[in-house]
Amino acid sequence: MDESILNQLASDSPPATRPILETRGMSLQFGRQVVLKDISVKISKGETVAIIGESGCGKTMFLKALVGLLNPTAGSVIFDGQDIQQLNDRDMTNLRKRFGFVFQNAALFDSMTISQNIAFPLRQHGVPKGKQAQNLISDRLSEVGLPSNVLSKRPSQLSGGMRKRVGLARALILEPDLLLYDEPTTGLDPIMSDVINELMMRTRKRYPVTSIFVTHDMHSARKVADRVIMLYPYSRLENGESQILFDGPPEQLDNTRDKRVKQFVNGEAGERLMEMLASRSKRHPDTLNLVDPNHNDGTDEE
Amino acid sequence: MATDPFPIMNSTSNRLLKNLHRVMSAWGSVVVQGISTLGDISLFAFQMFAWMFRARPKRETLMPNFYAVGVLSLPVVALTGTFIGMVLAIQSYHQFKNIGLETRLGAVINMSLVRELGPVLAATMLAGRVGSAMAAVLGTMRVTEQIDALVSMGANPIHYLVVPRFLACVLLIPALTVMADFMGIVGGYFYSVIILGIDHAQYLRNSRDFVGGFDLFTGVFKSIFFGATIAIVSCYRGFHCQPGAEGVGRAATAAFVQSFVMILALDIVLNIFLDAVYFAIWPTGAKLF
Repeated sequence: MDESILNQLASDSPPATRPILETRGMSLQFGRQVVLKDISVKISKGETVAIIGESGCGKTMFLKALVGLLNPTAGSVIFDGQDIQQLNDRDMTNLRKRFGFVFQNAALFDSMTISQNIAFPLRQHGVPKGKQAQNLISDRLSEVGLPSNVLSKRPSQLSGGMRKRVGLARALILEPDLLLYDEPTTGLDPIMSDVINELMMRTRKRYPVTSIFVTHDMHSARKVADRVIMLYPYSRLENGESQILFDGPPEQLDNTRDKRVKQFVNGEAGERLMEMLASRSKRHPDTLNLVDPNHNDGTDEE
Repeated sequence: MATDPFPIMNSTSNRLLKNLHRVMSAWGSVVVQGISTLGDISLFAFQMFAWMFRARPKRETLMPNFYAVGVLSLPVVALTGTFIGMVLAIQSYHQFKNIGLETRLGAVINMSLVRELGPVLAATMLAGRVGSAMAAVLGTMRVTEQIDALVSMGANPIHYLVVPRFLACVLLIPALTVMADFMGIVGGYFYSVIILGIDHAQYLRNSRDFVGGFDLFTGVFKSIFFGATIAIVSCYRGFHCQPGAEGVGRAATAAFVQSFVMILALDIVLNIFLDAVYFAIWPTGAKLF
């Protein structure tokens, strides 16, 4: 085919969607302890991604490294075409306007009222001020379903669920492009967990936001996410394996062949219980069982 | 398996040398740890100074710290200052009376207070009251991810949290020192003149003749360094707090202990320096008797 025709075709075709966020061979290590090794992920604009995995696998570290709260020891994080590690302080501060982070326990400032907490990003970036800022704060508060009388209260006067919703309102105040949630439903009752799930879904509908949330809650992951990524602790991997055991839509979680993913999704201890018994018997050779030796639960025959 | 560092020794000397080796390596690791912490604190202080000149701290962050350091510390500094002045009078009176110099008590009490006890007392109270509170607050903020939250919203935690605390300590500790000096002088006067019955005019004349402007300057000058040490050490301890309630408790304790040790070490160095300055300006020096 003629080269000019090829060029013509290339210019007419829609541009390939560039990921808004990408990690390239990202590793994170504390001293000798490897937490994340060679993680490469691409996240498209508007996606809602759940990061699942057992405690200690590095989910929260991964989330914090995405927005520069932790510096990867190797590899890079690219946000909207910019390598965030290469940015100077001023550019990074400007870029942070485009991030919203909902922390596990909300991380509201104890010394401030709820109103001051929600307004903090506005004050920090100097936009907007006065009446306009007040309206914005009230709007965000009503979006997360909280009455305006909480504005004058301190974080210690609110329940865990309310604090998380204030954390969400604070993260949303600058209408970020990327919203990160660290275990948004952990420690909440089932009803409040579902309220948070619904709020996350409503936020996605209302704003063109890309969301990444770390969770242990499979109900939340299945309900809210378009895509699920499962991380596995690096120390438990066999040689050459990727730390990402699963990357796909939540519907495929049930069809996966990986035993470790199945165990996590179904909440089964599996061989972990045997490992615990083995490590205990290694430390205390005289006691072989976790259970009462006089108690026969029928497992001896198996 | 660890290799034997002394394979050819006989068993007794081998055991002794092994113990020595263990003790030396334990001390060595303490020294290395200490030097590494000192280096970390220096870097932390450097970052703090860089941010102090890079961007002006906001009024909303300065005022609460000025209030906590200056206003809330004032009563306790004044009270302890008064007691120290009175204790000095009680302790010195009999010795001075035995040699017939009890009228010089004013000079001794006031000189001790203005040059040494006032600044050290104010600094100790500040380290105990404000320093450990700073470490506990910042430690709790670290543990509950509030410092991460600050960063995620584009605020620099050193600029936002450390610079105002440093400025509050450095700018207000001279005032607290003057307050400790003043109340100590009042306490000493009260006990000496009212309780012990030393002549009022002689007490005042001796105080005035022997305690000069340089003595007051010495105390106030030293206090600025003490204030800076308290703020930097306490904020550093808070920022490097270990997780959990125990971590916060340890940070608060370490903030006080390390600030206090550094205050006393600095006191020696600054006294040597200020004495050198004094004798360079007034080679004959002042004589108390």
